[in-house]
Amino acid sequence: MSYYISQVTPTERGDKAIRIWTQAQDTWNCINVLEDAHTRTVRHVSWSHDGKFLASASFDATTCVWERVENDWELAATLEGHENEVKCAEWSSNSRRLVTCSRDKSVWIWEDEGDCDFDCMSILQEHTQDVKCVKFHPQEAIIASVSYDDTVKLYGEDDDDWELFDTLKDHTSTIWCIDFDCTGDRMVTSGDDKTIRIWQAYHPGNAQNIDTPDHSHPKYVNVATLENVHTRPIFHCAFSKVTKGKERIATVAGDDSLVILKEADVSDRNAPSWEVQFREPQAHTQDVNCVCWHPTDPNMLVTAGDDGCINIWRTASE
Amino acid sequence: MSTKPLDNEAPTMHQKTGERALSHADYDDEVEDVIDEREIFDIIRMITDPEHPNSLEELGVTNLEHIEIDLASKCVAVEFTPTIPHCSMASLIALSIRTRLIRSLPIGYKIDVRVRAGTHASERSVNKQVNDKERVAAALENSHLMDVVNQCLTTI
Repeated sequence: MSYYISQVTPTERGDKAIRIWTQAQDTWNCINVLEDAHTRTVRHVSWSHDGKFLASASFDATTCVWERVENDWELAATLEGHENEVKCAEWSSNSRRLVTCSRDKSVWIWEDEGDCDFDCMSILQEHTQDVKCVKFHPQEAIIASVSYDDTVKLYGEDDDDWELFDTLKDHTSTIWCIDFDCTGDRMVTSGDDKTIRIWQAYHPGNAQNIDTPDHSHPKYVNVATLENVHTRPIFHCAFSKVTKGKERIATVAGDDSLVILKEADVSDRNAPSWEVQFREPQAHTQDVNCVCWHPTDPNMLVTAGDDGCINIWRTASE
Repeated sequence: MSTKPLDNEAPTMHQKTGERALSHADYDDEVEDVIDEREIFDIIRMITDPEHPNSLEELGVTNLEHIEIDLASKCVAVEFTPTIPHCSMASLIALSIRTRLIRSLPIGYKIDVRVRAGTHASERSVNKQVNDKERVAAALENSHLMDVVNQCLTTI
């Protein structure tokens, strides 16, 4: 497998704007610049699964929801409540709910009551330090968050209220990122301890006799720990979403590199072996902060770095 | 005057290093002057201690032997030694060293600032904080904190 690279023109750093790009044959064009909403750095953006909305999380303590109106994007809601920097905002699979996390150590769950009227359903204050990343389970009412306190926290919904059901303490330093695979039965985490950890869900009554929290929630077990993949903190990890059954994981780090991992052809699900399929040591000229798979094309992904560049990668063949 | 007692009333003083000896190659534009440990040391040794009117070098907080450079991977690693294991200024010193390096090194260099192993009670938490790029970025945007850091970076 090889990857080709095309580079999008560098954008001004910390300019508080959101840029939307479209592909036109071999080039990418910026078709929209969403400005004048955030007053500080935008740390994270996320598309709703139906493609109608975009959420942006900013260090200005707000989350903005942008609605697609023909070929333009309009500010539909500004979610206020976090005390300080919002680090991440992610959509639920039905695009009706948002989850956000912040340096204020809390995780907030928001529900769209209609016409982008978002109400806060729950505030979860389980972490003891800033929360770096948060995700909805793709199919069940489960949320996972990771933090500077070195833990993964898992929450389940019970009658419109959300409660912590598990804390995973395997990482030895800050966890920067978490992602679910498309079934939700696997998670990947990565962080300052330079490990990539793969977690397998064991449901109540599982054949392995693994205890599950309250006998009602899945138990996620750290079934593989990948070391020596990166030499500096691993800021982002992402499961590919379309190659069901043979998902790959992309990781990017403070060592400027992009790595793609795949599960070995012969691999025990309860103790899987993963190997490096592709590595680009100089994916960017500085730290790489984010990697994202194309939602439908399994051969395309995009990375963003401190060098101000967005790099688009494509496999020659699969 | 602040009446808060100093963490360390009478720190041990160390000898200052002399100026770097220049060779003919230093004046030769044809010769590339790569960044070396001494250059990093010269950048950080004159930082002023937050408590005492002395430089980090005079207090033995910074030391030439505790600087490592890997030119291939563009990594600069600096270890420092707080004057006492319970020094409450360790985080501030770490941030001052890091800030000076961020401002001085070419773009693309990786910086690690750490407390020398076994020399501080909160070694792990100081190391974690000063090497978290978001915490550092937040600190650099905090004008009150930067006033204090800039005071330390005003060479005496």
